[in-house]
Order: sequence, then structure tokens, then C-alpha cells
Amino acid sequence: MALRKVKGNLERMFDKNLTDLVRGIRNNKETESKYISQCMEEIKTELRQDNLAVKANAVAKLTYLQMLGYDISWAGFNIIEVMSSPKFTYKRIGYLSASQCFHQDTEVLMLTTNMIRKDLNSHNMYDSGTALTGLACFISGDLARDLANDVMTLLTSTKPYLRKKAVLLLYKVFLKFPEALRPAFPRLKEKLEDPDPGVQSAAVNVICELARKNPKNYLSLAPVFFKLMTSSTNNWMLIKIIKLFGALTPLEPRLGKKLIEPLTNLIHSTSAMSLLYECINTVIAVLISISSGMPNHNASIQLCVQKLRILIEDSDQNLKYLGLLAMSKILKTHPKSVQAHKDLVLQCLDDKDESIRLRALDLLYGMVTKKTVMEIVRRLMTHMDRAEGTMYRDELLQKIILICSQNNFQYITNFEWYVSVLVELCRMEGTQHGGLIASQLMDVAIRVVAVREFTVGQMALLLDNAHVIVGPAAARSSIAEVLYAAAWICGEFSQLLANPKATLESMVRGKVVSLPGHIQAIYVHNMLKLYAHIIATAEEEDDSEMIEEVTNLLLERLPVFVSSGDLEVQERASCIVHIVTYVQKCHKHGDKVGADLALLMTGELNPVAPKAQKKVPLPDGLDLDAWINDPPSESEEEEDDALEKEIFVKADSSYKHRKEKYEPSEEELQKLRDARRAEQASNPYYVKSSALSSPRPNHNSIQVDEIPVTAIDLNVSLKIPGMTSLDKYQVVDGWQDGGKKRHKKQKKRSKRKGQVSSSSEEEINRMHVVNTDIGEMPEGAHLSDDYEIDDRPEDDPHRALDINLDEPLSPNEVLPTRTHYEAHAQRKIESNNEAKLIPSEIPLKMKTRNKKERKEKKEKTKKVKKEEKKVKKKPSRDANLILDLIDPLKETVISDKVPVAANHINGIADAKNKEKTSDDLDFWLSKELSQTPESCMDGTTKTASPSTPSSSKDDSKSKKTKTKKEKKAKKEKDRDKPEKKLKKNEKEIDTLSRNRDEYEETNGTVTQEVEEKLAVPEPQPYSRLLAEDSHIRIVYSTAAMDGVMSEILVCIKFISQSSKPISKLQLILPDSSALKMIRTPGKLVFETGYRLFPPKEMGMAVFQRKQRQPDPQSELVNLPWSLDPGESKETQLSFTAEDVTIPHKLRGSLSYIQDGSSSSSDISLRLEFPVTTFLSGKTASRATFTDLLSSGQLSARSSFTLPNCPWSFPEVLEELTLGGSLAVVECVDQTASLYGRSLHGHHVCLLVKYQASHHLTIDGKSTEGILLSNALDHLKTTLMQKQ
Amino acid sequence: MQFMLLFSRQGKLRLQKWYEAHPDKVKKKITRELISTILARKPKMSSFLEWKDLKIVYKRYASLYFCCAIEQQDNELLTLEVIHRYVELLDKYFGSVCELDIIFNFEKAYFMLDELMVGGEVCETSKKNVLKAIAAQDLLQEVSYGDTAYEL
Repeated sequence: MALRKVKGNLERMFDKNLTDLVRGIRNNKETESKYISQCMEEIKTELRQDNLAVKANAVAKLTYLQMLGYDISWAGFNIIEVMSSPKFTYKRIGYLSASQCFHQDTEVLMLTTNMIRKDLNSHNMYDSGTALTGLACFISGDLARDLANDVMTLLTSTKPYLRKKAVLLLYKVFLKFPEALRPAFPRLKEKLEDPDPGVQSAAVNVICELARKNPKNYLSLAPVFFKLMTSSTNNWMLIKIIKLFGALTPLEPRLGKKLIEPLTNLIHSTSAMSLLYECINTVIAVLISISSGMPNHNASIQLCVQKLRILIEDSDQNLKYLGLLAMSKILKTHPKSVQAHKDLVLQCLDDKDESIRLRALDLLYGMVTKKTVMEIVRRLMTHMDRAEGTMYRDELLQKIILICSQNNFQYITNFEWYVSVLVELCRMEGTQHGGLIASQLMDVAIRVVAVREFTVGQMALLLDNAHVIVGPAAARSSIAEVLYAAAWICGEFSQLLANPKATLESMVRGKVVSLPGHIQAIYVHNMLKLYAHIIATAEEEDDSEMIEEVTNLLLERLPVFVSSGDLEVQERASCIVHIVTYVQKCHKHGDKVGADLALLMTGELNPVAPKAQKKVPLPDGLDLDAWINDPPSESEEEEDDALEKEIFVKADSSYKHRKEKYEPSEEELQKLRDARRAEQASNPYYVKSSALSSPRPNHNSIQVDEIPVTAIDLNVSLKIPGMTSLDKYQVVDGWQDGGKKRHKKQKKRSKRKGQVSSSSEEEINRMHVVNTDIGEMPEGAHLSDDYEIDDRPEDDPHRALDINLDEPLSPNEVLPTRTHYEAHAQRKIESNNEAKLIPSEIPLKMKTRNKKERKEKKEKTKKVKKEEKKVKKKPSRDANLILDLIDPLKETVISDKVPVAANHINGIADAKNKEKTSDDLDFWLSKELSQTPESCMDGTTKTASPSTPSSSKDDSKSKKTKTKKEKKAKKEKDRDKPEKKLKKNEKEIDTLSRNRDEYEETNGTVTQEVEEKLAVPEPQPYSRLLAEDSHIRIVYSTAAMDGVMSEILVCIKFISQSSKPISKLQLILPDSSALKMIRTPGKLVFETGYRLFPPKEMGMAVFQRKQRQPDPQSELVNLPWSLDPGESKETQLSFTAEDVTIPHKLRGSLSYIQDGSSSSSDISLRLEFPVTTFLSGKTASRATFTDLLSSGQLSARSSFTLPNCPWSFPEVLEELTLGGSLAVVECVDQTASLYGRSLHGHHVCLLVKYQASHHLTIDGKSTEGILLSNALDHLKTTLMQKQ
Repeated sequence: MQFMLLFSRQGKLRLQKWYEAHPDKVKKKITRELISTILARKPKMSSFLEWKDLKIVYKRYASLYFCCAIEQQDNELLTLEVIHRYVELLDKYFGSVCELDIIFNFEKAYFMLDELMVGGEVCETSKKNVLKAIAAQDLLQEVSYGDTAYEL
């Protein structure tokens, strides 16, 4: 039995593939989880096997289970195993699985870097493709950093399939590793002109995504995109371009004007809805951006609105939805155009789709006018009756209130109507917006005196019918809140009640105790108000019966509240009970207390302008600036004052003062009352309704015409009379004078806000008013604020991508390339460059080397090179090379001053550059619209930094003609390319004399750029002390400029240690027999400060340099600057060595004058050039390395051992690579192979072995024995020294 | 595009592709929520809904729902096009595709999607090119399978 089971399991283990699993799951629907856990066990067994096929099968099954929701993160390692399979079938499954379950935090991802790199560089394009797509799903910050360069290399692949995917992947790389954006961007930009439409479209996609998040950095690309837009027919790409423009136009209104025409053309011509929709959206964005001062775009608006109408009328719900969405965008700036389509929008309210109805509601909000508000609200209310679902009804209710109350009831002309609407809304079941209705009721009752009586009447009815409102459904809604408003309004304005006693009775009666505490408290408190009013009236009329009745009523009912669980209710109730008892006692004695009682509640509620308190003038004799205690600090003074006042005022007015804004003058108030009375008299509708249900039929029957708009002048009904509770406040404070003044001011203020005051008045008033109202902020100001403040969350990856792309690339901004040990990944710029060359290049080079007469050939090429060099020798190029070196050097020198200076310089360059790009854009934008974009482009290329790929093509084609050199130099500078490009181009063309068609040529150009970037001389951030005295410290570093001019660049840095400026620095460096300083024009002294010449000023830079060039006959080098205290400056010198196999030394001296001292000081210098100086490892690659070793050219051997090396292996490597200028070719555990090539083409290969017991062995092989032994000697000494 | 989900009318997930990293728990929660929201919608409703700060675009093909999440500024209609393009591709590849094809060849469906989209952006708009790439890879795979058989 057991045997059979085992056997069965075994069979299944080998048989069950993915299909079987799926089938099995489908067949075991009842016992699915059991079946799956069984499968999991099998999979685990399978994964333990060695056979990769079985593993891959298991991983495939796991991927399926992962989709069903099972955790497979435990299998991460197995997935990687399958990914690393050489067989495409398994690799594909592995990557699929990885992309499904890995994410950036998956730990095992660390293990994949090299494997993925291998796959990316695979000869099989589908391997690379799979790796690219997989990487797009699980790329992490580390992977992005380590693989950015490989992805970049794929951009230049000959296969569009890979270019396309690599371009798209770049976007993810940028998100995870923002530093890659700047170095990679020029190449990405070139892809906009890729011959393959797919690649082009991918590049547009990526740039569009980037630009949408940080549009301002991409403005300079507008001309390129404009050209694409007007020439492309690919709708997919067009949509992205148009979207991109939509993001750009808010920043540059002129761009919008330029866009309008092509966009409207597209709108007219396209049949693709998606494109149409995108066009309309962008046109809207354009119109918004230029809405000021461009009235003649009505045609475009009309066109958009018409097209949108067609969309909305379409039977396709999707189009309808989008049409409404876009319509609401137009509404914001062009409400008139949209209002014409009210019918359509109202129609959409009846749509079956809730999301469409909600969209229509949004639109309605903006479409309301004085004339339409009643009709729209009526429609909405009938709609609400029919609507299903409380959520939607609540939405409707909220919208109704928002529509009516927007802009301080701007559109309401008839407030009785509005109160009726509100009362009607109270009847809606289960609403969550009770509080909203309540606040509206109170707002209207307080602010609109004319309808107060009407409102009070309605509220009394509400109180009377409280049981209807607070029905059984009330538990889940907040409708009881309206009773809060009702009770308060009835109490506060009790004098307006028709029958106060009846109202009091309805308040006391019934289920009040079941209401929430805060409502009960309001009830209790307002009972007192009502009571006071009733007593006062009754006493006047000598109605003792009434008094007794009411008093008894209260005394009978109040004890219920006294025993309430709510503290507020309890306290108020017991207080009132005692008052009532006291009143009763007085009455028994025959005293009249009505007037006294009324004093408790005297004073009318008065609106207070926001911040009105601050306007209270100081009473005489009160000096708020005088300190009671010693002042803590100057700045707190004002704050304290303000705080003091605020607290003071608040304490007094917290109960009655509401946040009202308006207070019309007495005249206005009178006018309003008169108008109101006249209106009420003439309209039968305004006869007070006596039944709760009456308002509804009423407002239903209202016709727009019937509304007595004429009777009320504009917003007069908004006017709120001045109230007196302020007086109360004044009495308490004893600040009568101030109070009056304040009163006056408030009136003025409210007038201003009342929107009817004349403009002159407005201006005057504005002087008095501190504008602290956020709502009053001019729209423009608010918008620009939004714009400047990045409100994206801190962790939004797009924040980090807000990078200025127009700024020239500095040489240290290169993508990190492969490094063999993590610790120095950041510091060391990788020298392993050859690996990144196009594959065709490497074999070719090797071939050359393997030839028998390679020496001869080398001689030849060298000659050719030299010739070229002469031809190409342009100041700008050299300058750039030098510049390239300076920057990285800076980073390593520890000095406070230097980074600051660098930043400063960068800043200047920045600004200049920005200016320039904006100039270019200006130029483009100011072009006549009639001109073709093509011609625009040509016009700009000369100076434009948004260089077009067409110009780059020009470069490569015309590079041989010397006449254009100067111009090209400018262009090259423009494009932030190291100047080596030309040379490299030629070299490549010389060596690779193969025929290319047009297509390949463009590719070639691109490839050269890779190379050229990589060929930037690797700086040697390794400074050695040259000399030091008490005033100055001099350090220097050297770099071999291999392949360019076979020279050694020495960067000397002067750091001032003196407290006084140092000037007249003079270097005296006589040439030795074997080492010569190069004194050709433009090659010598060149200060850091000129490092970032803006391209336009290149001419001048050359000029300056020529002037500064030292006398070629003398060994003197005058440094044309002085050193301020703490400052440091650099200078660079170039040397050539006749023999690079032996170390060189150069003696010299520096003289300088310290300010204040008459004589100059001298320091002697000794520049050392160990042989490693002449080595450069930047051409190292594993392929050439193995090739070299196997070729047998390396005849010389040498080695040394250090038995007690105190350094760790990485430290040793660092010393060798930075100090020894070698490059690591391969590094396994504690063993590494390094490579370096001398300026004269000698190869040096080292094998470094490091044993745990600090036993270091270095074996060397070279083509030149002397060089090798000297190099090893030097390395040994340095390593020993450090010991 | 943030993610794409395929699920059946019964609410069973058939395919999921996430272009933004989320923990598994969040993914499951999102999936659950979306499936129930979308299944509750009536056939006559529009294909778009706003969900959190994303826009959801979905479309139903026979018994399968294709659902994509896009950002606020993205074009909904274009997303519908992408979905449709994907369905067309599946249809071409499987020859009148049905839910079962996707269930049993779910990896193929993923491969197809990977050719169409990379990192949430449309990669290849030409149907022909996608199918060509898939066919070439399948061929490569078959060669590999041949090896496997031999090895076993």
C-alpha cells in the first residue's frame, strides 16, 4: 500500500506539468486548498532536484499558484536558478516568475545583478528582451544603478526590438536611480529620431512620462516635439506628444498659441476618438493658460464644446462620461460656452450610470446662474425623489446645497424659496448631511433678516413635527441636527414666533430626551429664551394665567433634563430650573421680572468680519507695547499682542458672535426691508405657510418669470443688518470708543464684500482691511504658489527626477559602470570601458593587435593619429579635456572652499545656460506660424541646446571638412559632448572601413558617442603632496591621457593656509631630459574658473587663454590669479615623456608674494612621476585581457609578495586602481586581475592574490620588462609605506 | 499604467501584471476590491471609474474582464485601445481565444503582454511585430525543448 503510494507520488512528481496542475485544481473544486497544499509539497520536492527542467516546471507551477494568491516568496532562490539557465525556455519561465513575485525589496535580487547583465548582453536578442521586460517589473535602486550602463548600451543595439524595450526600461531606471537621468538624457533624446517608429514612439512615451511630472525641465524640447507632431501619423505617439504639450503649455503660453492651429486641425480631421479626446484636453489646457488677453479663441472653444457635445450625445457611455469630464474643465474658464448646453447636462442626470450622473452634477454646480438656479434645483429635487441608493441621494443633497450656497448665495434671489428647499431636504430619509442643512438654516436665518420671520415660522413647524423628522430611520442618519438649528432659531428669534407658547410646548414634549446631548442642551437653553419672552409679553398684558401655565410647564418638564447623563444638558437644566423657581417666587410677591429676565438674553446676534478683532483701536491710556515683564525678545512682542487680544475677544464673544461677514448699513437695511415688504405684499406666494408640507408644491410651481427679481436690487437680499451684541462686548470691555470705531469699519468692510459697493469705495476700504481671508486670495497668486511648492509626497519617485536637463553635463556625471567591488562603486569611475564598445569593435581591435607587423602598423596609426591631432587641435577640445579632469578631482580633495567655489561656478553656468535655452525657445516661439517647423528647426540648431538629431547627423557627415571645424566646435559644446568625439569618429572611420548604409550610419554615430563618452580620460582622484609651508599647501595628481595625445596631465592644486591673500604665484619647472612640459597654445595654464564656459563664449575663452599662455622659452609659469585666505585653486599642466618605462622626477620651485610682505617666498617642488603614472586601465576588458595572456606577447614577468599586508583586499585594490591607475578586469573572491596600458602602448597585466593571513602576492606580466619591474617596485613601495 | 488584471465573471483572477511594486497583501486587497466593484457594475455603465487616486478602465470580453489602472492624466480611451489590442493579439495567437486558453496557457498570455507593454507603457503597437516576436521565441523554446527531451 505504502509502496504504491510512493510510486504514485513519484509518477506524478515527474508527470505533473502546469497543465496537469491547472486541470487538477479545476477537478478538485471542493478540496482546492488541500489539493494545492499537496501540490506545493510536490513542488518543493521537485525544486530539490538537480535537473533544471524539473525545476523550471516547478517554478512555472509556482507562478500559477502565486496568481491564485499563494505565497511563493520562499522560492526566490529557485526562481533565480531557473532564470540563470542557459536555455531560453527555462530562462523565460524564470523571468516570468520573477516579474510576478519579485519586487524592489526582494532580497535575493542582490544576487541577480551579474546574471541579468549577462542576459542583457546576450547574443540572443530574445534573452536580452526577456531580461529587459523582466527588469521593468522588479528593478530596484541597486539594480538600476548597476545596470543603467548596460541598458544604455542596448539603446544603440542594431535591433529595434531591443532598442525599443531598453528605451522603455530607462524610465524605470530613472525612477529608481535619478542620477542616471542627466547622463542618459542626450541619448534618449536622440531616440526621438530613431529610424524605427517603435523606438521613436517608445522614446516619446518615456519623455512624455518624465515631462508630465516635471514639465519645466522639458520645455526646451518643445520644438522637437512640435516637429514630430506635425509630421507623424502614428496616433499612439501623437496622443503622447499632445499630452506632453498639455503639460508644457501652462508654463509657456506662447507655446499654446503655436499649438492651437495644428490641434484644431487634428480635431477636425481625426477619426480616432482617443486622439480627439486628447486634443480637446490639450486645447482646453492651452485655453486655460492663455485665457487672459486672448479673446479671439472663441472659435476653438466653440469647436471643443461642439465636439464634446457630440461625445456626450453619443450612445457610448464611455464617450459620454469623458465628454462630461472634459466639459467640466472648460467650465472653469469659459462658463458661458458650457451653459448653452444645460439641457444636455440635465438629460445626463437621468442616465443609468451613476458615474455619469455624478459627472453631470459636477457640471451643474458651475452652470448655475440667478436665472437657472431654481429650475436646476427643482430638477435635482425631483431627481432625488426618484434616485436609488442613499449614497447618490446624499450626493445630490450636498450638491443642491453647494449650488445654492456657493459664493455666499450669489445666485439666490429668493430666500424664502431657499428656506423651503432646505425644509424640504429635511424630509429626506437617512441623509448624512443633517449638519449641513442645519448650518444652512442658521446661516440664512441670521444673515437674511428679511426672511427671518418666515424661517422662524418654518422652524416652529419643524419643532412641532420633530417626531416626523426623527423617525425610525433617523438612527443611522444625522437629520436630527436640523432640530438643533430649529430650536436655536426659535429661541433666538422668539419675538418673531406666532405662538411662543405652542412652540415651547412642542419643545418640551415627547422624545427630546432621546436626541443627542448637544441638541438637548440647545433645546434646554432655548426654552429659557422662549420662557423669558413669554413672561415678558405676559407681564405686559397682565396675563397671569399664562405665566403660571408656562412656569408650571417648565417646572414639570425640566427635571427630566436635570437628570440627564449629558453634563451640558444637566448643568443648563438645573440652572434654568432655579431661574424659573426664582421667577415663580417673584411673581408670588407680585414683582415683575420679565424685563430683568429678558436682560439675560438681550442683545442681537451680530456678524463679525473675520479678523475684525484685530481692528479694534486701542483705548487711551493703554499701551500694549509697554512691557509688564522684561521682554524676552523683540520678535515675540507682536505675536503676544495679537494673541492677547484674540484670547480676550474670543472669551467674550465665543457664545454669540458668529462668523458672519456682512453688515450692511442702516440705509441699505431699510431699503431692503422696504423692498422685501413690498415684494411680500404683492406676491400671494409669500403669505406665510401654515403647514409643513406647503413649501414643496410651492416651489415646484414657481416659474422663473415669477421670481420677483426686479424687486430686489442684485444681492441686496444678502445684506445683513448691523447687530448689537457688539455693544454688549463693549460694555464688558469698557472700550466703548474703540467699539464704535470698529463698528464703523466693519460696516465698510462688509460693504466691500457685498459686491455692490462702487469701486472707489472699495479701494478706500481695502486700505483699512487686512487681507487675511484665504478665500480672497487672487486666483493667480494661489496658482503660482501651487506651482512653486512641490506638494508631492516625499517618497514620490518623480520628485527626484526634477532635474535640469539643459545644464551641460559635467564629466563626473557618467553612468556608473561595472565595478567589481561595491565599496568603491561610487568613488571610482569605472575603467572597464572596452566592455561597452559595440561588439564589432572588439574583435577588430584584437585582430589588429594579433597581426605580425603590428608594431609597424601601430607606428603608422600613431602617425595618422598625430596628424589628425594637429588638424584637430582646437583650443576648445583641449580645454574640455582639461575641464573634464578637473571636476572629479575636486571631489576628492578635502577642502571646504572648493565645493563651494564649484557650486558657485556651476550656478553661474546654470543661469547662463538657462538664459540661453530660454532664448532659443523664445526664438522658436516667436517664429511666424506660417513657417514650417522644419525651417524653425534649422534656425535654432546653431545655438539651440535642444539639439535636433538632424544636427548630429550633420556633424558626423561633415566632420572631415576643416572649414566647418569652428562651427562644429560650438555645436559640440552645445551638446555637452566631450570634444573627443570628432577624433573618435575619425578613428573609427579609419579603422573600420566598412560600408554602411544610411541606416547604419546613424547607428554608428550613436555608437561613437558611447565610445566617446567612455573614452573620457579617467581622472585619478589621488592627490599627492607636492610641497607645503606655513602659507600654502600644494597637492598634485596625475592622469595619463592615453589615446588622445599621449601626454600626462598634472593637476596642481594650491591651497592657501595663510591668513592673507597670496598673489603673484609663479611656477618654475625646467624640463628634464626625458620629461617636457607642453607649451602649445591653449594647452597650458588654465584655471578652474573657466571650466564651464557657456558655448557661446567659447571664442572669448580661447582668446583669454592665449593671452595667459606663458613664454614658451622660459620655464616660468605665471599664475594669473591670487589666492584669498582659505581659498584653493587649481592649474593644469601637460607633460610628455620620452620614455615611459622608467620613473621620472621634475624639480622646480614656486614663488609667491604674500600680501603685506615685500619679498617673495620660494618653495622648492619635486614632481614625481612613477611609471604607473603613464599607465591607464581604461581600455581593459576581459576579452582583450584573455586574448593578451594567451597571445604570448607578454614576455616579461615579475612578481613580489608582501607577507604581512595590513590592508584588506579592497583597500589594496583601491590603491592599485587609484594610485596605480590600473583597471580591475576580473575579481573573484580575494583574487583580482588588473590591466593597464602605458602611453606608448605597453601592456601590463597583474594578478593580485590575497590570502586570509594577509599574505599578498602580485604577479605581473608585460610586454616591457623595465616598465613592469619599475611599476611593481613602485607599487611595492607604496604598499609598504602605508604599512 | 499601474497594473492590469484579468478576471472572470465569477471573480476568479486569471492574470495580473503589476507595473508598480506593492506588497502581496496590498495587491490582494486591491484585486479583491476592484473585482467586486467592477462585477457589481451594470453592463450599460461606462468603462471608467475613479478609484482612490487612480482611474480604472475595464472592458468585458465574453466572460473575461480586462481591467487596467491608470493615472489621473492618462487617456482612458487609449487604455481601452491597449486592452483591445491585447485581446486581438490573444485572439490571433490562440485562434479565437477563450477563457480556457488563458487559464491553461497563462504564461503565453503573459509573454504576449510583455511584448505589448514594458514597464506599463505601450512598447509595440504593431500586431504583426508582436506576433512575429512571440513566434520567434516560441520557436526558440521548441528548440530548447528538443534539447530537454534529449537530456532527459
